[in-house]
Amino acid sequence: MTTILKLENYKVYYETPNGYVRAVDGVNLEVEKGEILGLIGESGCGKSTLVMSLVLPKPPMKIMGGRALLGKIDLTKLSWDERRKILLTKLSIIPQYALDALPVIKKIGAFLSDLAKDKNIPEDQVIEKFIERIKLVGLPTNVIDMYPLELSGGMRQRVIIALSTIFSPDLLIADEPTSALDVSTQRQVLELLRNLRDTGIVKSIIFVTHDIASVRQIADRIAVMYAGKIVEISSVEEIIKNPLHPYTQGLIRAVPVLGINYKKKRLSGLPGQPPNLLNPPSGCRFYPRCKYATPKCIKEEPPSVNINSRIVSCWLYVKEVPKK
Amino acid sequence: MNENIIELDNVTKIFSLGVLGKNKIVAVDRVSLTIRSGEILSILGESGSGKTTIARMILRLIKPTSGTIKFNGVDIWKMKKWRDIKNYYMKVQGVFQDPYSSFNPRRKILDLLLDTVYNAFPELKKDKRKALEYINETLEKVGLDINTLRGKYPHQVSGGQLQRAAIARALLSNPVFIIADEPVSMVDASTRIDILNIFIDLKEKYGTSSVIIGHDYSLAYYVSDRIVVLYRGQIVEEGDPEVLEDPLHPYTKMLKESVPSIDRRWEKRLEYRIGEIDVTKRRKGCIFADRCPFKMPICEEKEPPLFKVGKGKVRCWLYGPK
Repeated sequence: MTTILKLENYKVYYETPNGYVRAVDGVNLEVEKGEILGLIGESGCGKSTLVMSLVLPKPPMKIMGGRALLGKIDLTKLSWDERRKILLTKLSIIPQYALDALPVIKKIGAFLSDLAKDKNIPEDQVIEKFIERIKLVGLPTNVIDMYPLELSGGMRQRVIIALSTIFSPDLLIADEPTSALDVSTQRQVLELLRNLRDTGIVKSIIFVTHDIASVRQIADRIAVMYAGKIVEISSVEEIIKNPLHPYTQGLIRAVPVLGINYKKKRLSGLPGQPPNLLNPPSGCRFYPRCKYATPKCIKEEPPSVNINSRIVSCWLYVKEVPKK
Repeated sequence: MNENIIELDNVTKIFSLGVLGKNKIVAVDRVSLTIRSGEILSILGESGSGKTTIARMILRLIKPTSGTIKFNGVDIWKMKKWRDIKNYYMKVQGVFQDPYSSFNPRRKILDLLLDTVYNAFPELKKDKRKALEYINETLEKVGLDINTLRGKYPHQVSGGQLQRAAIARALLSNPVFIIADEPVSMVDASTRIDILNIFIDLKEKYGTSSVIIGHDYSLAYYVSDRIVVLYRGQIVEEGDPEVLEDPLHPYTKMLKESVPSIDRRWEKRLEYRIGEIDVTKRRKGCIFADRCPFKMPICEEKEPPLFKVGKGKVRCWLYGPK
């Protein structure tokens, strides 16, 4: 399999007057060609920072180390002009607040001609491509003559999807693409994303969300992020059926399945709060909330271990090497 | 424990749009609903269903165009004395979607809570220690304590904690009834259940009734004693939570099939037309007919009433008299 994106010990911090906020702290992650990777975690775990830094690292965000290889290009070393060239053509994003991403006072058509100028492509070619995509996402072609204000949330989201995939990027990042949508539109958008991958318009997708139930519907693998680190990576089926990391276990237990009423069974969420990344805990960052925590977890950071092609960072799964 | 606290009788709300108010939006359409003492009722609906408008009418923030809302048998818009109105505002409390916009960001959380206490119980103004004690007791009901909030501004706590504080603030005036409009949709998935558990605890320990408005199918199933499904301002289905397990109305069925669930993947394609709804237009007959795969000739012509089926009610001709 070809790897589309490879992150090696990737670090992104925020510079603040009080020191660095270690939002992404040594992430190793690979996205294969043809896969949809779900990136999940609570708010403040660094998942949005991780993907935004790949697309548009800007202060106070600072890349502090490691590599981010998109094919042969190291995203951490690009100049602004080089980055502009690959945006939309190789790497593209559906941002979290996509509904507000379009300029309100510009018709979508005017936005397209700006795009053509920026990319140095004849305008009619861009419009032709856009119409192709707009049909794919199931919108009428006359949206070109409309202002974003005239479109509903679901329609705007689909316009953004059409725009972000207009030049068939290798990697599409979708950052909480459905959180502001109604359930029925949400399903449509998720199936659309899967369709983009199935038809080869985009090669791979990173789907960032805190909603495990929706990532379950379309992802092939799931990476779980906690306090700036990836704590578990595994196929969707396995991670739902048998989560290894105590954090993943808590996350999954906190999501109710249809058919459980409080009178039958009281569920409980994940206790505690994620740590402040200005001053993350020593050792395993999850230990303050972990019921299995041992003195070792407080002192030493657990390594990533490979168990049947699953990756997990937790001392529970590290076999003790007998001392000679 | 079965007396009705709030009764909505045939309540309609029409909003006018445009310069001359020519375009009318029927946000809530002849809704009749009772909220019983000591029960948790869920109102399930998508955007444009009128669920927030219902909440605002019950909170006496906007006036219905027609129909009546009664609190313990008294029409809330016929109350004349300020004392009665104030009593209503104290006994019926709201919790909203975004906790960060329900707290003044420039003031400390505890100061805001103190304001609420002084407002509700002016006699406590002289005794700040007693007031703080009362706040701490209330915070404990929602799983917080005064030390977590001491000295903090709203942006310094997490969304889940601030939503708990918002519920605590609603409890300070000792309400008999709380209406929560999408209380968990902006809270992390990992803490949603805990927020809903607060409403269950309040019901079980203190008999406080609540209405929880939302769009999440599984969460509504979890938290409620009774569920009402709303579509474009009308109640389309009503009953026990079991209604959602095996829904009758085609709209509720569509909702159920669209909801992502953690235990399964979507298999078959949706056979429902998902279109953008033009809220300014209302069709003759059944409001769901345009999107319904089971449409019959009668659906185009005549609006279905709420039919009693089993333990529930459903507004669909499929279940009408043959």
